[in-house]
Amino acid sequence: MHCCLLSILIWMPIAAGALILLLGDARPAVTRWLALIAALAALVLSLPLWSGFDVTGAAMQFPEKLPWIPRFSAWYALGVDGISMPLIVLTTFMTVPVVIAAWTVIEKRPAQYYAAFLIMEGLMVGVFSATDALLFYFFWEAMLIPMFLIIGVWGGPRRVYATLKFFLYTFLGSVFMLVALIYMYVKAGDYAIASFQALPLSLAEQRWIFAAFFLAFAVKVPMWPVHTWLPDAHVEAPTGGSVILAAIMLKMGGYGFLRFSLPITPDASRELDLVMIALSLIAVVYIGLVALMQQDMKKLIAYSSIAHMGFVTLGAFVIYAIVAATGSRVGAGMALDGAMVQMISHGLISGSLFLCVGVLYDRLHSRQIADYGGVVNVMPVFAVFMVLFALANTGLPGTSGFVGEFLVIIATFRASFWYAFFAAVTLVTGAAYTLWLVKRVVFGPVTSPRVAALKDLNPREFVVLGMLAVLVIGVGVWPAPLLRVMQPTIRHLVTLALASKL
Amino acid sequence: MITLSLQSLVPAIAEIWLVVAVCLILLADSFAGARRRSLTPTLTLLALAVGAALTVRYGFTGAHVTLFDGMYVSDRLAVVLKLAGFLIVAVVLLYSRGYLERRGILRGEYYVLALTALLGIFVLISAGNLLTVYLGVELLALSVYAMVAFDRESGVAAESAMKYFVLGAIASGTLLYGMSLLYGLTGTLDLGLLAQRLETAGPGVILALAFVVAAVAFKLGAVPFHMWLPDVYEGAPTSVTLFIGTVPKIAYFALAFRLLAEGLAGTTAQWTQMLAPLAVLTLVVGNCVAIVQSNLKRMLAYSTIANVGFILLGFVAGTPAGYAAALYYVLVYVLTSLGSFGVILLAGSRGFEADRMDDYRGLSRRDPLLAGAMMMLMFSTAGVPPFVGFWAKLRIFQVLWETHHLWLVLIAAATSVVGAYYTLRVIKLMYFDEPVEAPAGEPAPGVRLVLGVNAALVLALGLIPGPLLDLCARLIH
Repeated sequence: MHCCLLSILIWMPIAAGALILLLGDARPAVTRWLALIAALAALVLSLPLWSGFDVTGAAMQFPEKLPWIPRFSAWYALGVDGISMPLIVLTTFMTVPVVIAAWTVIEKRPAQYYAAFLIMEGLMVGVFSATDALLFYFFWEAMLIPMFLIIGVWGGPRRVYATLKFFLYTFLGSVFMLVALIYMYVKAGDYAIASFQALPLSLAEQRWIFAAFFLAFAVKVPMWPVHTWLPDAHVEAPTGGSVILAAIMLKMGGYGFLRFSLPITPDASRELDLVMIALSLIAVVYIGLVALMQQDMKKLIAYSSIAHMGFVTLGAFVIYAIVAATGSRVGAGMALDGAMVQMISHGLISGSLFLCVGVLYDRLHSRQIADYGGVVNVMPVFAVFMVLFALANTGLPGTSGFVGEFLVIIATFRASFWYAFFAAVTLVTGAAYTLWLVKRVVFGPVTSPRVAALKDLNPREFVVLGMLAVLVIGVGVWPAPLLRVMQPTIRHLVTLALASKL
Repeated sequence: MITLSLQSLVPAIAEIWLVVAVCLILLADSFAGARRRSLTPTLTLLALAVGAALTVRYGFTGAHVTLFDGMYVSDRLAVVLKLAGFLIVAVVLLYSRGYLERRGILRGEYYVLALTALLGIFVLISAGNLLTVYLGVELLALSVYAMVAFDRESGVAAESAMKYFVLGAIASGTLLYGMSLLYGLTGTLDLGLLAQRLETAGPGVILALAFVVAAVAFKLGAVPFHMWLPDVYEGAPTSVTLFIGTVPKIAYFALAFRLLAEGLAGTTAQWTQMLAPLAVLTLVVGNCVAIVQSNLKRMLAYSTIANVGFILLGFVAGTPAGYAAALYYVLVYVLTSLGSFGVILLAGSRGFEADRMDDYRGLSRRDPLLAGAMMMLMFSTAGVPPFVGFWAKLRIFQVLWETHHLWLVLIAAATSVVGAYYTLRVIKLMYFDEPVEAPAGEPAPGVRLVLGVNAALVLALGLIPGPLLDLCARLIH
């Protein structure tokens, strides 16, 4: 079983998606159940990755290697380490609520909808598990296709604009990454990520490669100022699309920085760390303020995502400042730990918040904050979940949101008081925009007859939000298992990122 | 001294068979008359199948065989390209049949001209001498001019044919003039000898090169010699556009390869410098102008131009790996265009050409198979994995990096992002827009199956690109 677990996780959902496409919309019930079974099967199959994970070393685990294109020495090579494994489990986990949330809501071409998400799931697992850069790029780009269709077909009124912007932005970023990958292939002779990491590169080369990676990953994260596609895409995407976009696709940017930028171009990263820290802090502070002003719930959560992802990039690049300021690597590992936990936690929380907005949108067909008010009076159970996820979004201790931000801020203190100060501003702005959202939507008197007519969660929605709530609190109260699987890899990554290639 | 024996003619079996088949079909078509319309198409397909079988059986005679004192060359590249030619023409004819029928132009000429054009292509593929090159170019060109005009009733088609003919004649003149200069400089027409003698030829060779490169650029449709291409693509009957957009590209690859890479090998440094700016212009103009088209055939014409830019980049690399990359690109391009024009042919019906972009609004609802196939073909054109178009572009990027053409890589990458937009527009129309009232497409289950296989190949070759990449690399040594 262990021999090809990752391959199964990639291709089983894709095959299920293809099967659903072939079945078509003739029997919607069969389609739905098939999609759910495939998503659950993928989740169950991904659990052995965690239980069988060897936490003693940083080597790639569950490896698979088959010749793919012998002429380029490109391999169908898969494997996971402490960075990618939790992200894969997050991917298989988040697909389940997306499928359940669509159950009766998606009436337009449901078969294609489920198929798109299942194919997407397989491709995303492929991105996280590829250890060959060409295979990584293959999945990375292929993933754009289902997301392009999801936003374009099932999205809101401005979906065409949003999805074209999404596609072209990310495509532009990725093409230059491909150019950089080919450059390194010509030097290294194969496409293995490990040989890129070992490849000696001059500072000038590293700068160019870093810039190419930056284009690809910063667009995906997204970092200020290349974030403008995200609010559009999020607002127009259907609920499931927003969830996957926020929970998984944004993580690919962070994953890219950790897997490619830091180990392959350590000297350029060191040189440009100030720029990266500055951009991250702008995202945290400025985008936090922008979020405060939003009238649209989805847009607010989208901006909040950008601000929270700022912690991921901050944690990744502050390690150089820490070493420069203290001369020791003690805090570096903690910063990267924080970045990783923040990715997982943000995946859970932002996904949950988008699902909450989806619950409201399905009932009232509005995303405007002004259309709601006093929801707690008619939907008490929903209000509990919404408030819980909102508090997690502000970084309340006891929720997963706290762990990542806290680790990054503590580590950042070692680098500079002012970095930490600006990062900690999020505790104020984040609380402000999230709690104000909750105040306006959930609390207060019932503002309109339409709100008064709202029905509370049905069992299906309860299950979806419930499973996410358990994990958000679980990671918040007891993050040790998560930190334990990441630690050896993070330690190894610190070594690579701090070793000069010159 | 030319010595002829039947045995020595075996390597040219494909051409000989085609000549015989053309004569037979011409006769059969004249005698069958208007009543038995399906005789010629069936006979033509049969002729192609027999030709392919004969080529497989007798074609692989050796690594490099020359006939007629070096006028004719048969190597593995030639044999494989000819087999590809047989197959592509067969698919073209399958796709076209319904269209010709409903437009009322199902006549034998289309089939006979397709075969003579194929003969021209084969001559070009096997050319070992400047004269053979010219012979092939003209045979192909004249057949194609006639094909564009063969719908007598259509004014647009006649105009396109005129334009094509006049501009094509100028290009032929240019080619001939360049060849005459080469002969004057070296005293030989033989491509092999030419390569050796050019190394010692004086600076006059640049002048000759300029003419030859311009002629090749015209044939391929490179900017600024591309003016004919959009008009011809748009004006010709779609089945003819399908023909022009596919098989001749193989021939023009062979033209560029035999002439530039083999015949003018001694002056690679010079002609690559001439091709580089052409390639850049072609990429920029093709991709940017394709964005604003409202006619799908015209858009695909500009898309062709953009793709020609990539093919030229393979030649700019000036290495065997570069030529192999260009060959791979051409094959991938032909496979994709076959499907794209096939979709246009199948989406139309009597009195409905289905060539405006707006005709494709909501196609995914009206005809999911056609829309699905078109989506795959468009993503492949944009170079998005997992479709084969990605590997074609990747291969070009690789050879350019290997030969240190930094700026060309960056320009090619940037223009391919621009190019992604026009392909996404087609997908947007088909999938995101509300359906328009349009007649249903042609049912033709058999042809739809071929189209399905065509699209599936675009995906399959994208998932497992190794074998075809390998083949292309081995054909060019």
